[in-house]
Amino acid sequence: MKEAELRRLLAANLLCAGSIVLTALVPALFLDGFSVLGTHLTWLCICSVCVSVLNVTLCLILKPSPSSKRSSLSNKISRFLKCCIYFFMSCILFHAIIVLYGAPLIESVTETFLFAVLLSTFTTLQCLCLLGPNIQAWIRVFSRNGAMSIWENSLQITTTCSILGGWFGAFPIPLDWDRPWQVWPISCSLGATFGYMAGLIIAPLWIHWNRKQLTYKSR
Amino acid sequence: MRGSTSGSGLERCWPLANRRAGRAGAVAADWPEAGRGGAEDAGSGPGAGRRVGRMRLRLRSGALAAGCLLAEALGVALFLRGFFPLPVRSLPRGEARAQPPAEPAPPGPGIASNWTKIPPPLFRKVVIVLIDALRDDFVFGSKGKQFMPYTTQVIEKGTSYSFIAEAKPPTVTMPRIKALMTGSIPGFIDVVVNLNSPALMSDNLIWQAKAAGKRIIFYGDDTWVKLFPKHFVEYDGTTSFFVSDFTEVDDNVTRHLDRVLKREDWDLLILHYLGLDHIGHMTGPNSPLVGPKLREMDNVLKKIHISLLSKEGEASLPSLLVVCGDHGMSETGSHGGSSEDEVHTPLLFISSAFEKRSGPLTQLELVQQTDLASTLAVGLGLPISRNNVGNIILPVVGSKTMREQLRFLHMNGFQLSTLLQENTPAYEKDLGYEQFKIAEKSHGNWIKLYLEGNNSEILLNLGKKVLKQYLEALRTLSSSLSKQVAQYDMYSMMVGTVIVMEVLLLLFLSVPKALSSRAEFEVPLSPPLFSLLFYLMCLMLCAVHVIVCTSAESLCYFCSMSWLTAVGVMMLISALMCGILSAVGKILENSRLPLKNPGASSSSWSEVDVLILAGTIGHVLSLGASSFIEEEHQTWYFLINTLCLALCQELCRNHFLLKECDLQLGTTMKQNFDSIGEASECKNIDVQAASNSKLGKAASSAEFVKGSDKWISLASPWIILICCRLLRSLNQTGVQWAHRPDFGHWLTRGITEARFVYVFVLGIVFTGTKDLLKSQVISADSSVKSTGLWEVYSGLVLLSALLFRPHNLPVLVFCLLIQTMMTKYIWRPLKFDAAQITIMHYWFGQAFFYFQGNSNGIATVDVSAGFVGLESYVEIPAIFLTAFATYAGPLLWAIHLLCYLSSEVSRNSAAVGHGCFCYALMRSIPVAIYIVLVTGLRYHLFIWSVFSPKLLYEGMHVFITAAICLFFTAMDQNHSQKVQG
Repeated sequence: MKEAELRRLLAANLLCAGSIVLTALVPALFLDGFSVLGTHLTWLCICSVCVSVLNVTLCLILKPSPSSKRSSLSNKISRFLKCCIYFFMSCILFHAIIVLYGAPLIESVTETFLFAVLLSTFTTLQCLCLLGPNIQAWIRVFSRNGAMSIWENSLQITTTCSILGGWFGAFPIPLDWDRPWQVWPISCSLGATFGYMAGLIIAPLWIHWNRKQLTYKSR
Repeated sequence: MRGSTSGSGLERCWPLANRRAGRAGAVAADWPEAGRGGAEDAGSGPGAGRRVGRMRLRLRSGALAAGCLLAEALGVALFLRGFFPLPVRSLPRGEARAQPPAEPAPPGPGIASNWTKIPPPLFRKVVIVLIDALRDDFVFGSKGKQFMPYTTQVIEKGTSYSFIAEAKPPTVTMPRIKALMTGSIPGFIDVVVNLNSPALMSDNLIWQAKAAGKRIIFYGDDTWVKLFPKHFVEYDGTTSFFVSDFTEVDDNVTRHLDRVLKREDWDLLILHYLGLDHIGHMTGPNSPLVGPKLREMDNVLKKIHISLLSKEGEASLPSLLVVCGDHGMSETGSHGGSSEDEVHTPLLFISSAFEKRSGPLTQLELVQQTDLASTLAVGLGLPISRNNVGNIILPVVGSKTMREQLRFLHMNGFQLSTLLQENTPAYEKDLGYEQFKIAEKSHGNWIKLYLEGNNSEILLNLGKKVLKQYLEALRTLSSSLSKQVAQYDMYSMMVGTVIVMEVLLLLFLSVPKALSSRAEFEVPLSPPLFSLLFYLMCLMLCAVHVIVCTSAESLCYFCSMSWLTAVGVMMLISALMCGILSAVGKILENSRLPLKNPGASSSSWSEVDVLILAGTIGHVLSLGASSFIEEEHQTWYFLINTLCLALCQELCRNHFLLKECDLQLGTTMKQNFDSIGEASECKNIDVQAASNSKLGKAASSAEFVKGSDKWISLASPWIILICCRLLRSLNQTGVQWAHRPDFGHWLTRGITEARFVYVFVLGIVFTGTKDLLKSQVISADSSVKSTGLWEVYSGLVLLSALLFRPHNLPVLVFCLLIQTMMTKYIWRPLKFDAAQITIMHYWFGQAFFYFQGNSNGIATVDVSAGFVGLESYVEIPAIFLTAFATYAGPLLWAIHLLCYLSSEVSRNSAAVGHGCFCYALMRSIPVAIYIVLVTGLRYHLFIWSVFSPKLLYEGMHVFITAAICLFFTAMDQNHSQKVQG
């Protein structure tokens, strides 16, 4: 059971990572002059959309969280709306945090916001897919030893990795190398993306490595 | 008393030292003795916080830290003295004035050149117009075309030569004047003594001119008058003290012009206009005030030029008008650094002796600022000053005959190679010297041909070839001489580095003991092994000292110190080494003993701990890159932001988990407490703190969670973050983003300024009194000390309010706000230990250093703080006030730390000692690593512009931290005295 689930997790994660690589390569065939660095904002949009679509699909197909209760349509719609609001709020929150970190307040609002959207896609969206709009569950997962399945473990790792990636991505900005990727927010978003991909790959491996120690309590 | 206990003291002390103190009643039998010892130290005062027993030395961790920092300050001072040698270049001017070199003798017997005198002057009168902060594009760019029509016309069509002169950093007025007049590159340390400029002692153009009987008139910046006292027959100094004075300061120069230009009784007229620099400082290079100022300058130039031209018919020789800037200005209007805007200045030679420019102005030639001195010396018919490293600008003398031109170049080359001989032992291997010798030889051949009366095309061509050879040689010579300005006194630097590194190592090794709850050390003072080692090492080091000092060719500061001092330093080094060795030995011994409580070593690390460690290491590593030094404020802002977020997470976890545990009482209780224990992370090294303390903590946390306090507590990190964001945009500092608009600029305009001052001063006074009242009301029973501390703190706050520029007062207000919030809602409830609190204080102190508008460049030091309340420049108070105003942020946070820790004494009696130790450690790590880095990077391109100012800042910070730690220790001693009493 556990092995099979781990294999599913691995497949899903690899699919996500692969899709990000594709977003960097495929649009160049359709759009003139597309490149990750040159038309960064376009790439940010494409990447966010692709990752979110893929995540939602995977969530619907794999159903990692066994939602036991049969919910009515209206219930589902309200859940969906709640999810949307949460996502939007997390975008705003990330935007605020980025500005607090020193991003310009008025200039390049688009860049900052799209970066916030990307970060939300990598973190909040996954939480929403897996846990639903349930703050208590979120707090449980993100406090220590709170994960109850390998999916939640993977969620912890990828989220932490993407945020750390974005954090580390800010380091090269003050250097005076005058490289195209030092422009705001390219280094940060690339850092977050690489962090996310690294998280996706690390998570199954880490779980595999520590599978002896990991014992999940059932709810 | 000592005698009575000493017999058994030795046996008893070793186990005592090995054991972790503070957790056992088992050693209680030993305590009374130790306690009395402690009381005695306290009585003997902060400086002598050590008690010499028979065989050991007992130190509080605060005293250890203070002692270490004092030693470190000594090491840093030595290093700085070695790193910034006072430029000792050539013999002082009066002595041994060599005759000017004759023309190179032509080979072969018989014929000899008879031209041995200095060539006659090329110009009758020279007017130098120096416009402070004149950037190259103010003359050659669009601004010049728009606002300086006459000058532009002269440049494009008139008889003039124009160049871009490159100034060497530091781009500050006094070193630039020195460079212009001596042709040498003044050492970096000149910046530090910029304010009280003493007379220029080395050979220079003005002195040469005076010695040659030229009459010099000077109007302008009074730095010149100080540099060249009694050199001018007539002068009127203006002061650059009133930075907001844009017009008077220049009118005071121009008002003399009409009178002087009519007169005939002068040879050299120097005008130094300050207005443009003032405008730049106050409003930047793009302000609307710059245009009119440039137009005014243009009119001045026009007036002088026309007057010079009108006189020309009467005399045989033409006149020369030189227009130059001493340095440029950056996009924010400041200067001091090495950006292109600050370094590039225009250099204009206008004289009717020159050929009329035919075509339009093409690419401007780049010359060095130092080239002006030798060119002017030749132009005035003076010997080139001895320390000059510049080359003659050939076009200026281009109208002369080939023989004269070659003579000038030969003089310049001869002077340069003499300077090289005086400064380099292996000068003969220098490429420039070889080239010069070759050129000199072919010059001799040329003269032979010339004297033989050969006047053909061949002579001209050969002459051109010699000219080219000379120019090449001059360029190589002057570049190799310029490099030598950075001559380091490696021996002093090494000694300083060794001391600093030893201190760091000692501090590191004593971390476990210093942070134990007793915070005391027992250093074995005189076991035979160590004393032997100590004496041996002293002997060896002294031997090395003798060898190094007798064999060194170059000047060395440490060698020139008195023998007693040197031996003292050697003893300090050996003592530190023995301390390190004994600490290592003790650690090894400890590791052999079975660990009694493994819990201490395997205590888990919370996110905050990881962040603190990673931040410290990351910051230290970032010091290796010049960009990160320029933008160091970004590092600190980034770190404190992350710290706030981590604290927020900690608060959330604390709060929400507790709520959960309130809900699920019973079975999960225990498990939850475990996680709280991990979360709130009380990382005392002595984890006597078992489950009951955790229970107590949870209970106390539960108390604070009640009510609205909870929400304020949760919101406080966010409020702090917003404050920090506002402060960050108050003063844009650094280099890359310094051009962003500041809030500060909005506040410095007009009437709002004054109102802000009133509001903030009132607010601060209110807070101060409130704090004082509070401390008196709440802790009336316990101590006068805490009141005293708060008084000191409030006094410092008020002092910095007085010294800060008005627009910086929000920094102070937010500082107080953040400190209050942090104390009330974050540190108290979360119960961090002293070490963590100290490090957080240190980080915030650093961030506030930059919030104030400081940077790692010299240009941002606000020297005007040194004049508050003083009628004129008085050195000691001015230095003190400037240092205080610069380091106000770190100082205020450090004193707040002391206040906070001494209010926490009830919880952890050794808190102050821990804090002092951590503070010393936090300061020592970056300094030690940075000193090593700078030594490694001493030939880096940016060493003078980026790394050296940072080194000065670091050094200064060490001295200040040493003072703070002494204060801490004094407080700690008082406290322990009180406890004992």
